[in-house]
Amino acid sequence: MALRYLANVVTLQLDEAACVGCGRCAEVCPHAVFAIQDRRARIVDRDACMECGACARNCPVAAISVDAGVGCATGLLNRALGRKGDCCCSEERGNECTTTK
Amino acid sequence: MVRVRLGFSRMAYGMTPGLYAMGTPTPDSPVLVTANYKLTVDVLRRELGGRDLWILVLDTANVNVWCAAGKGTFGTAELVGRVAATGLAERVTHRQLILPQLGAPGVAAHAVAKETGFRVVYGPIRAKDLPAFLDHGELATPEMRRIGFPLLDRLVLAPVELRHYLVPMLVVALVLGALPGIIQGQAGELVSAGGHGIAAALATWLGGCLLGPALLPWLPGRAFWVKGAGLGAALALLLAAAGMVQGLLPILGGVLWIGAGVSFLFMNFTGCTTFTSQSGVKAELRAVPGQIVAGLAGLALWSLDWWR
Repeated sequence: MALRYLANVVTLQLDEAACVGCGRCAEVCPHAVFAIQDRRARIVDRDACMECGACARNCPVAAISVDAGVGCATGLLNRALGRKGDCCCSEERGNECTTTK
Repeated sequence: MVRVRLGFSRMAYGMTPGLYAMGTPTPDSPVLVTANYKLTVDVLRRELGGRDLWILVLDTANVNVWCAAGKGTFGTAELVGRVAATGLAERVTHRQLILPQLGAPGVAAHAVAKETGFRVVYGPIRAKDLPAFLDHGELATPEMRRIGFPLLDRLVLAPVELRHYLVPMLVVALVLGALPGIIQGQAGELVSAGGHGIAAALATWLGGCLLGPALLPWLPGRAFWVKGAGLGAALALLLAAAGMVQGLLPILGGVLWIGAGVSFLFMNFTGCTTFTSQSGVKAELRAVPGQIVAGLAGLALWSLDWWR
């Protein structure tokens, strides 16, 4: 069962005119957000994007932009309250998140 | 420097970064890149036992690949530096590195190619797919590239969540357990309303940290605060059905504060999932003031039961 998160919230943008069709974005995306059609990348499932930033980081022509970050309420609350710790990867919680993010 | 350790039999908790030989690799053998987190390396060793490979272990401060990629420690600079430091270009004749797909948020493949001459190929998400990937021309199927969030993965994270919120839960249980006795002139005694408060605190904790993750795909709503609020309200009604809270207002109070509590706890589970975006979670955080108001109002109504 594919889990779906909120609709129409993600910051992912693709400049299709700048795309060279290398296919890296489709290769690295863990949620099949991209498809290569007519030798150009297309966003085919924007709402599945989790904003990990892998596509933008690996795009050789910087055609993709996304406000990448970890979708973690604990981390965002800590940041809002001026506390340290960015979610499961923080010092406090060590290496405990092993299987996912 | 190359450390040849057949079978990786004596690893410390955090593996020393560097180039490792698995089996008896030749200069033609593939190079797999990973993090120096012991569990990650253990999994590789288990899935790839019996093969001859090079394993390039990056220094991620003992953090797993995905977390480290998000922080940038499993990143372009570390990879480029590690390729140079290990003299990889002299150890192998080919020019290809196989990285875990979940390392991609930290690594710019084109930059690695430019700086080291090594081409980056992203392998499958799960180590268990590596044998098939390697045996089929280093091609990953679409299925290998998609991450899910199956029940087992959700439950593995429950103990961390339970422990994280253990102390707050105990504090709430102590207060709700002790106050009714004090009010009823039996300080130090566990009167029935106090016992019910402790049960409610336990239900909130287990609901947000264990039941919620287990039932995630089936809880109505997409926002975690909505899913949690519904689950908490249902738990409160179960407590009422079990006779633990009586009267319309205290029952309503239970629905409000247990709903708010589970809603908040479950919202914090977003960081453990494999599919929530930062923008989505930011949108969810707008529920926090409502959770606080509902929680406090609910507790006030709940406390009406203490004077019975």
